[in-house]
Amino acid sequence: MSDYSPSEMMIVAAARALAGIRTVFVGVGLPNIACNLAQRTVAPDLELVYESGVYGARPARLPLSIGDPALITGALSVCSMADLFGLYLQGGRIDVAFLGGAQIDRYGNLNTTVIGDYAHPKVRLPGSGGACEIAIHARQVFIIMRLSRRSFVERLDFLTSPGHLSGSGEREQLGMPGRGPQVVVTDKCVFRFDAGTGEMVVVSLHPGVRLEDVRAEMGWDPRVSPDLRETEPPTPEELRLLREELDPLGVYRS
Amino acid sequence: MKLTTMREAIATYVHDGDTVAIEGFTACICFAAAHEIIRQGRRDLTLCRMTPDLIYDQMVAAGCARKLVFSYLGNPGVGPLHAVRRAVEKSIPAPLELEEYSHFGMVARYIAGAYRLPFFPLRSYLGSDLPKVNPRIRFVESPYGDGAVAVVPPLNPDVAIIHAQRADANGNTQLWGLLGAQKEAAFAARHVIVVAEEIVDEEVIRSDPNRTLIPGLIVDAVVHEPYGAHPSYVQGYYDRDNDFYLRWDEISRDEAATCAWLEEWVYGVRDRAEYVEKMGRETWERLQPAQAWARPVNYG
Repeated sequence: MSDYSPSEMMIVAAARALAGIRTVFVGVGLPNIACNLAQRTVAPDLELVYESGVYGARPARLPLSIGDPALITGALSVCSMADLFGLYLQGGRIDVAFLGGAQIDRYGNLNTTVIGDYAHPKVRLPGSGGACEIAIHARQVFIIMRLSRRSFVERLDFLTSPGHLSGSGEREQLGMPGRGPQVVVTDKCVFRFDAGTGEMVVVSLHPGVRLEDVRAEMGWDPRVSPDLRETEPPTPEELRLLREELDPLGVYRS
Repeated sequence: MKLTTMREAIATYVHDGDTVAIEGFTACICFAAAHEIIRQGRRDLTLCRMTPDLIYDQMVAAGCARKLVFSYLGNPGVGPLHAVRRAVEKSIPAPLELEEYSHFGMVARYIAGAYRLPFFPLRSYLGSDLPKVNPRIRFVESPYGDGAVAVVPPLNPDVAIIHAQRADANGNTQLWGLLGAQKEAAFAARHVIVVAEEIVDEEVIRSDPNRTLIPGLIVDAVVHEPYGAHPSYVQGYYDRDNDFYLRWDEISRDEAATCAWLEEWVYGVRDRAEYVEKMGRETWERLQPAQAWARPVNYG
């Protein structure tokens, strides 16, 4: 059975990773919908935190951006960005942050700045936003990205937000409070990070996906868990919430 | 008398070569001020904003900017800023210098500016390439033996332009919803222009002093400009025009279409009032927000 799209599988897998989490720093796009789904399923006590200054959002509809007015109505608190970054993030109050990027390497370092040379870029991307400090301070970082050879690269063109840098232990040496990337959810598989090396490891394949399909979309030969599993497919209820309540227009599901 | 017109406020406080911060994170972005700056033909501006958004994309397309100081360069939730990209990648209509930070770095720059400090420390940029391309991001050893900490220099704009729900004629300004970095940017700036949806009596301000973000003390000019933040939004007054943010993605891809849009909606109108009228009543009806009133509190 595959009456769901790879994007739906990706959103559902990301939402499930939030089971039991209290505070999550939400990004734009896919993380947004994954967090909103988690709040309605595996993590009812989840407080959504947006870098725009919103803590404890209860959006009545899926917000279109992190500054959507629907995030403010009924929120627990709306504060300045100085307070949000200083007191909530740097103050150590964020359990999980979702991040993504144009490029990721095997250690979960992210590029959202440029493709090509910085001074003469092939493509100028948005830049850090809050991602650089979020990657440093959130207790755990979850990454959600579509798997493709263009994105999963051997070498980043620019390191915007630190993952495990060049391997385990480096974050601690630099005195970073957060533990860094813990999981990468894609449209084909889920990765976790090896505690010894800090390197990405394939831990589950979405139904119907073969390991060759994953390898074909990556710029390096990934390590594979000895306990490689198949990802649980979306339940009818998860799909109903996604399709009927969270994303009725199908913006994020295709 | 601080109450004036947008034309007068921009003519008086925004000059060629100035450093300008029109702040507001997603909400309360004063497009009315940007359009007046474009109409008055300002050049060589250093434009500061955490998120340049469509407002600076339009100003860059119109040739007002020499440099952007920013932390997130995109059309939020939609895609890239095409006019900024054309300027950076192809020098159209002119080359554009970029000086970039992270969000916390930009906030910290405004705080340093507002507090009149030589720098502000933050725990960011560790392991990132950002300090390599922006030499103004540095690390200093903590004098209290807690290792190295990143620092950024103060940002003191020549003028900050702040859009808000309401202000009195002296510039005492109340704002709710997203607060962004407006307070810090205003206190950091040499001059402040406040643009408000409504001008209210001082009594209204005094009835709810906790809501006052910016005191008239630091405000030079007050402009009454309903719908002045469209296509961004003002909580409780009008919703974000998400359709326009999507449409701008189409328009701005093409240089000629961008110029035609500026011709029609910026150069082709006298002021914001004419823009509002030209947009038509159906736009404002479509963007009418729901009612969600706060409970009053007792200040007695």
